[in-house]
Amino acid sequence: MIDLLDKHKAIAERHARMMTMGVNAVGLTNDKILSPTRAMINGHETILAGTNNYMGITFDEDCVKAGQDAMAEFGTGTTGSRIANGSYALHKELEAELAKFLKRKHCIVFTTGYQANLGMMSGLAGPKDTIFLDADSHSSIYDGCTLSGAKLVRFRHNDAADLDKRLTRSEGEEGGRLVVVEGIYSMLGDRAPLADFVEVKKKHGFQLLADEAHSFGVLGPHGRGLADEAGLENDIDFIVGTFSKSVGAIGGFGAGNHPLFETLRYAMRPYMFTASSSPASIATSLAAIKKLAAEPERRDRLRANSARLFAGFRALGFDMGCDMVSPVIAVKCTDEVSTIAMWNALLEAGVYVNIALPPGTPNKLCLLRCSVSAAHSFDDIDKIIALFGKVVASRAAA
Amino acid sequence: MTASQETIDQICKLLEPFNSTGKVLTADTEISSDLNIDSVAVMDFVMEVEDHFDIEIPLNVVSETHSIGDLASVVDARVKKD
Repeated sequence: MIDLLDKHKAIAERHARMMTMGVNAVGLTNDKILSPTRAMINGHETILAGTNNYMGITFDEDCVKAGQDAMAEFGTGTTGSRIANGSYALHKELEAELAKFLKRKHCIVFTTGYQANLGMMSGLAGPKDTIFLDADSHSSIYDGCTLSGAKLVRFRHNDAADLDKRLTRSEGEEGGRLVVVEGIYSMLGDRAPLADFVEVKKKHGFQLLADEAHSFGVLGPHGRGLADEAGLENDIDFIVGTFSKSVGAIGGFGAGNHPLFETLRYAMRPYMFTASSSPASIATSLAAIKKLAAEPERRDRLRANSARLFAGFRALGFDMGCDMVSPVIAVKCTDEVSTIAMWNALLEAGVYVNIALPPGTPNKLCLLRCSVSAAHSFDDIDKIIALFGKVVASRAAA
Repeated sequence: MTASQETIDQICKLLEPFNSTGKVLTADTEISSDLNIDSVAVMDFVMEVEDHFDIEIPLNVVSETHSIGDLASVVDARVKKD
């Protein structure tokens, strides 16, 4: 008999090596969450700088109360899918509020952000179609593309000319064409050059989807994402986003103006065959989206904090994931062993960031990845810079 | 379909920068498992192959291509088609 798990032995060995160097960097336990920016980890109060809690909204009193009230009124769970059990009024209310926020005619919510990409990719494209996806796309996009059965063509990251070339190669083939880009790329923090992609769209004609998972609520004068910031919302056919970052809950969404958009509800298996979001999660998301609309100062604080961290790291001479201010700020490190060691040293010194290693990163990069929150104080940001200076800069110099 | 030696040689040359094992590359070399190349690096390598031959190799095809010989056969078929 062949043991099915034998193929994972190399992963087990790699994980065991990591564990000999300290704490489990990819399975950390937060013993207690004290605030959007603080947790108790291994008995120490720790600054959280790797949680994608961009708006710092997870402990907002109104959001917490909305969740508590919804749980009391509608129960703990929905016990099934919206197709089988029906929608709750709250699901409909959230979809209407989100459509209004996004200025889109239609919006469909999903149980998680991962499922939103699975659902949208597989609902939009089928076996006769082709999906052109950015090489650095999130795994949920890759998995959604695989689920679709479409032909998959990968283009070089953020390279509109490369997309142009690949579209030209596939000219004359049957089926529709979907191009997928992201607002902010989760590992390096860089943004898609949307204007360049829109030019290619005008030349070739395809439908364009932007995954705004890390940019929804964050970028643009209205917080609608990169397309809002770039003033190109009319050129984006479909948006995908998540509630697990700026919204501080869990869930995801797809939105668009297409007259057949609502039909996707009956064509997306990740929407149809899973339990719908819990009342508490839906109500929390609804309350948070109203806050994102009403409190633009949260975005201002996030921008100011991001700029401060970016400037601090630049002054330390770090090689960073991208050359513009972003709420995702990644420091490039030289190798896996030293990255794990520095991550442990940072945690011990009181700051939690993400460790990102190949193949989860582009170009085999080893990263210490920070995500900034509107809830960080300048003092927090300065502490993070100081700790990176002590731990990372000193090691880089050595 | 048997791949041409010329295509195999060109693919070996393109693969060399991704080969950190020092193993000698042949048509039978399994790109991912023999050379310990992760899934993202395999996709990056295939992009180089696509551009070198000016052809398209969809990811769906890549996932069923294991050895250098397999990939060379795909390349030959697609170059011929174009």
